[in-house]
Amino acid sequence: MPFKLTEEFKAKAAHICARYPRKDAALIPLLQELQGQAGFVAEEAMDALAQYLELPYARVKGVVTFYTMFNRAPLGKYHLQVCRNISCHMAGAPALLGRLKEKLGIAEGETTKDGLFTLSTVECLGACGTAPVLQANEDYFENLTPEKLDALIDDLKHGKHPLKR
Amino acid sequence: MILNMESILLKDNVECLEGYFAAGGYKPLKKALALKPSEVTDEVKKSNLRGRGGAGFPTGLKWSFIPKDAPGPRYLVCNADEGEPGTFKDRELLLKNPHALIEGMAIAGYAIGAAHGYIYIRGEFAAEAALLERAVADARAKGFIGRNILGSGFNFELFVHRGAGAYICGEETALLESLEGFKGQPRLKPPFPAVKGLFGSPTVINNVETLAAVPSIIEKGGDWYAAIGAGKSAGTKLFCVSGPVNKPGVYELPLGVPFRTFLENNCGGLKAGKKLKAVIPGGSSTPVLTAAEALAVNLDYESLAAAGSMLGSGAVIIIDESQCMVKLLQVLARFYHHESCGQCTPCREGCGWIEKLLNRLEDGRGTVKDLDTLYSVAEAMLGRTICPLADAMAMPVMSFVKKFRSEFEAHAAGKCCPPDAAGEH
Ligand SMILES: Cc1cc2nc3c(=O)[nH]c(=O)nc-3n(C[C@H](O)[C@H](O)[C@H](O)COP(=O)(O)O)c2cc1C
Ligand code: SF4
Ligand code: FES
Repeated sequence: MPFKLTEEFKAKAAHICARYPRKDAALIPLLQELQGQAGFVAEEAMDALAQYLELPYARVKGVVTFYTMFNRAPLGKYHLQVCRNISCHMAGAPALLGRLKEKLGIAEGETTKDGLFTLSTVECLGACGTAPVLQANEDYFENLTPEKLDALIDDLKHGKHPLKR
Repeated sequence: MILNMESILLKDNVECLEGYFAAGGYKPLKKALALKPSEVTDEVKKSNLRGRGGAGFPTGLKWSFIPKDAPGPRYLVCNADEGEPGTFKDRELLLKNPHALIEGMAIAGYAIGAAHGYIYIRGEFAAEAALLERAVADARAKGFIGRNILGSGFNFELFVHRGAGAYICGEETALLESLEGFKGQPRLKPPFPAVKGLFGSPTVINNVETLAAVPSIIEKGGDWYAAIGAGKSAGTKLFCVSGPVNKPGVYELPLGVPFRTFLENNCGGLKAGKKLKAVIPGGSSTPVLTAAEALAVNLDYESLAAAGSMLGSGAVIIIDESQCMVKLLQVLARFYHHESCGQCTPCREGCGWIEKLLNRLEDGRGTVKDLDTLYSVAEAMLGRTICPLADAMAMPVMSFVKKFRSEFEAHAAGKCCPPDAAGEH
């Protein structure tokens, strides 16, 4: 099925492009919009956006692969991102990661069979004073303990946690 | 030194425009708009305010590098990428006092003749970006941002631009590339951004904390600000402390506060049973200090430089005796290797080698010769690259190996981390 940018997207895109003297500067915000809608950026979406911004496809693809927040394939409903940098490491991030792997039965970069959880590690999330930190989709969960982590997973499983996305 | 002075940046009840305005906010903007742009820059020069993003460059001087009569647009960019491991101060400032940044940007924009400003905020800060968008909209609705601000004829538009996950985009020229819609690969300097920056035009890039200090400087005068702190380290600084202390968090203190006082009075000392081993005083890129060195140092640009380290972003990372220094350096090496943009061979290859060597040492496969290689690879990376990320890897490596050599040697001899070291081995 060919990918088509919606009229709604185009209206929003025009608004975003107007913030910059060159419209290709809107490339990253527009990719974020597309990912916000679909949860990932498909090859066809990159192609459509390249045409819309009158850019070579390679430029769009290059940007998508450079930045870690762009997903090129669908993820689980909840993307659990465990910070593994120094402050979180000292506060017990490796044990939390181990616990998650065991609980969910997946390794880093994998998604549970029910499509609910994807597990990743990330670098410093800029919240080191409340380490260890995990980001689930866009929400931060800080000062985590094994108990809090278990409760979070249970809540997410039962749809009890209202994540923003 | 006065330690319980009134805060300049972190205040209560100024999160929303009403509260900020009630506390005298946006009066400095009015005052600035009645001055000549060059007079605003002079006041900031007089304050001795220095960049809070890491390099500590004098802010007024940076503004004065914008060519006076170059035709075409100029831009003001706020660096809210906050990616340096250990750093979480700009987030606190954005949540607690967003209008200080917005007002500071309007004033800075006026001083350098910019009609457009962008706040580049790291992509992960979704909630913070949303709050900031709202604060900008509120300021625009009241006429503090937009056309003909407060009837002065000065126009200044301000936009929030979210990053997409890349530490390197905190480096100012990589940030500009990213803001233009490219991969975040640093540019060769010169030309410096003040001459050829965003969209090829003269541009000033300042950290959140730097810009947020500007309204108070305009309100109370450069001399007032310069009198706070210690000598050439003027003003207050946000220190963000992480690690095993009783009260981790963000503290605003005059520059020059002794580390020992900070640790005991503000951070509540180390947690019960923990003993200080080392301190990374300014974010993960700054050289590590031993406990003894740290306890003798004051937290300001000059004192930390004299102690062989840097104030950096003000991210104080506390390391206690239970931690393994080889493991911690491995964590940092994995990070820098992952974040190297790959343009320069010494950085791309050097970070990779360093990570590999540390993996070997951690796994018990390393030798004493590896230790020397580790050090010399780091040394060979210094000052040979387009941007300072390679130095940011080399400096921790060299200081860790030099100051904690016995731990590295123990690993090379097959004896691993201290028995109670935390984390996975
Ligand atoms: C690898 C690297 C990462 C950086 N990350 C940041 C950052 O996250 N935030 C920041 O303000 N400055 C960062 N800087 C420093 C900026 O390049 C620049 O010096 C700073 O934004 C200038 O603002 P200031 O003069 O107000 O400090 C980084 C520098 C390097 C080399
Ligand atoms: S030093 Fe590293 S991060 Fe900086 S430009 Fe060179 S390769 Fe890229
Ligand atoms: S090290 Fe985990 S948030 Fe900074």
